Amino acid sequence: MLSRVADSIYWMSRYGERAENVARFIDVNLQLMLDAPSGEDQQWEPLVNTTGDSEAFNKRYGEATRQNVIHFLTFDAENPNSILSCVRSARENARTIREIISSEMWLQLNKFYLMVTAATENLSAKANPHEFFTEVKNANHLFNGIAGATMTHGEPWHFFQMARMLERADKTSRILDVKYFILLRSVQDVGTPLDDIQWAAVLRSASAFEMYRKRHGRISPKGVVEFVLLDREFPRAIHFCLLASRDSLHAISGTPVGTFRHAPEKLLGQLCSDLSFTSIDEVINSGLHEYLDNLQARMNQVAAGIYEAFFALKTPNSPKRMSQHQTQ
Amino acid sequence: MRFESYEVGDFFDEMFGENGQPRASARSLLTNIEKLPEGELLNRQRATESTLLQMGITFNVYGEHAGMEKIFPFDLVPRIVPAAEWSRIERGLKQRITALNHFIDDLYHDQKILRDGVLPAEIVLSSKAFRKQCIGFNPPRGIWCHVTGTDLVRHRDGQIYVLEDNLRCPSGVSYVLENRAVMKSMFPQVFAASKIRPVANYPSRLRDMLEFLAPDHVTCPRCVLLTPGIYNSAYFEHSFLAQQMGIELVEGRDLVVDDGYICMRTTKGFERVDVIYRRIDDDFLDPQSFRPDSMLGVPGLMEVYRNGNVALANAPGGGVADDKVVYAYVPRIVKYYLGEDIILPNVPTYICAEEDDLKYVLEHLDELVVKAANESGGYGMLVGPHSTQEQRTEFAEKVKANPRNYIGQPTLALSRVPTLVGDHFEGRHVDLRPYILYGKEIFVLPGGLTRVALKKGSLVVNSSQGGGSKDTWVLADAPVPEKDEPVPPSPLRPATIVA
Repeated sequence: MLSRVADSIYWMSRYGERAENVARFIDVNLQLMLDAPSGEDQQWEPLVNTTGDSEAFNKRYGEATRQNVIHFLTFDAENPNSILSCVRSARENARTIREIISSEMWLQLNKFYLMVTAATENLSAKANPHEFFTEVKNANHLFNGIAGATMTHGEPWHFFQMARMLERADKTSRILDVKYFILLRSVQDVGTPLDDIQWAAVLRSASAFEMYRKRHGRISPKGVVEFVLLDREFPRAIHFCLLASRDSLHAISGTPVGTFRHAPEKLLGQLCSDLSFTSIDEVINSGLHEYLDNLQARMNQVAAGIYEAFFALKTPNSPKRMSQHQTQ
Repeated sequence: MRFESYEVGDFFDEMFGENGQPRASARSLLTNIEKLPEGELLNRQRATESTLLQMGITFNVYGEHAGMEKIFPFDLVPRIVPAAEWSRIERGLKQRITALNHFIDDLYHDQKILRDGVLPAEIVLSSKAFRKQCIGFNPPRGIWCHVTGTDLVRHRDGQIYVLEDNLRCPSGVSYVLENRAVMKSMFPQVFAASKIRPVANYPSRLRDMLEFLAPDHVTCPRCVLLTPGIYNSAYFEHSFLAQQMGIELVEGRDLVVDDGYICMRTTKGFERVDVIYRRIDDDFLDPQSFRPDSMLGVPGLMEVYRNGNVALANAPGGGVADDKVVYAYVPRIVKYYLGEDIILPNVPTYICAEEDDLKYVLEHLDELVVKAANESGGYGMLVGPHSTQEQRTEFAEKVKANPRNYIGQPTLALSRVPTLVGDHFEGRHVDLRPYILYGKEIFVLPGGLTRVALKKGSLVVNSSQGGGSKDTWVLADAPVPEKDEPVPPSPLRPATIVA
């Protein structure tokens, strides 16, 4: 398989997943703000902080109002991580590999793109963003479903899967982080009914609420973090995502799981082991935000390793290729 | 929807005869269209457009709205070519391609045709598309022009003329295939009732042709399609053809020269490539041989090619034969190499490099179509009857400054086909581009791209200039083809037409 093609599949997949997850964490904040006691300040700045794009935001928008933040993360064409930009990038990548992916996948991604651009022009989507975010989530679900059902589960598909799972792990960690930033602003709420409501909102935005109930029953901060971070079976939990990503990585290279041949296999293997042998108390004691920060840095290293191992094949006289936009 | 109010006008109409009666070949289609419930055809037209957009069957626009994707407008009323007529077109095209291939080969070897004075050497040798890098080269299997898209037009006199030879990277065949797919889903009953020759095997034919070019020692050749990339106006087609043929679509940056062979970068290392169907112009193919600033090509490709370790289709250097000035000499070229009279005549052409012709062209700019020798896509041309005095004065200066680069032709009254305009039919001018593959044998795809000038009265059919397309139905109920009757070279006088 061509390196460039693998690269495009990888980014098509990541950008699609990213668009969905941006919709998810805007949605979690919308839910949180709806539940906030009346008169309470609307908190939108944490959202920008979690995406890691606060510098660009402050420069162009200044104040973190609800409208500014939602526009920045949704329809801002200059923000490479806005939903619009993500879907556009996913589609641009897909366009270069149309002969590799199934035509059904292309059709869906193209519809996804047309839906988002239509919403950009149509102001009503902004008046009722919740509905729009649901559409974005569903569009990517459909895209993933079509991919799984129409594409041969060979090497290209494993690149698709590996990338999607890596992206999802990263974004789930950021959804957890939103709650952390909000806590920073209102430490006095810890342990109150409001706190529970907020944790439930976090679960909902990761589509994890019902599955959590079945596993843990009562909502507790520790339980939520454990579920979203360490669960091996819930498909948006970070641990699950990284294991799935690892399996695909090994399916591509043919190296047995538990061993490694190049840097990304080593890094991702270590990360999975750490998650397997970490207890929730250790995470809380070391500080949740710090733990997530570290996790995100290590996932970025895995991504950089994948780039070196598969996409940047070197010849004596070929110019170095540029990587696409990295994660935040 | 009915054809009662349809005006044939002062043109050859592909669907109706002069008496306003439908031509025999079109009757079944007309009946079917008229049988549709009111509004149904419009609904189907709209459904088609939205399908094309959703499927992303688009082309990129250069210039003013750069970066925008547009669908290539598609009109549901097809153009029908009766079997006997097609059989003559097919023979004419085969003859023309055979002769042009001889011509190119001769130019890069002994140049007999120039020494025999059949056409002036300076015209050929000064062509931008004549590549010194190809002198003395023998392409695999002796073929230079593997894929050709020849533009045909029909004049008011009912005669089909060759308007242009496109030997470099002719595009559009993907629309032929997609248009047919759309039509089959829209009018299955018509397809069942008529014998329309299929076009769907084009990708297989193309792949066979490419594999035929592979070096002898290769048993299982790897073919690739080389594209300039996603921003090229024909990118959709590149991707579509690669997918349909089941070959890899590559960009220049995917290929490297390794140990005398062309290889592509894969996730498992380098893999050898044997045949390249390139959709990049000569100029950009190899910065070491052609334009040094090209970022699209593969450095060192030409050397590998010259050593016979990779085949290229079309062969570099072949573009010399579709220079619009060389075009004027094609009837003589056919006679010279094949000893035959040309079957499909040229449009009479004034060569500005020749003094008398130049004078004529400058005096008749308001009636002629004047074209630059090496432009395509409807750029760099003046349509006299549609031009303003100012445009003509400006164009005259360009022609005088570089006469070698221009030709003039009478403005043809292109034939028309009924086309859906709003809620009724109007005649719109069309041309026809059949596709010819030259491999083990010469194959002419039965059909081709019928381009239609959607603007009322317009004669410019290019997609970049407001053109659309139609499906082309070549009928199969072939009676025995009539005997070859070569048409006298130019029964045509400069016409004054144009609504």
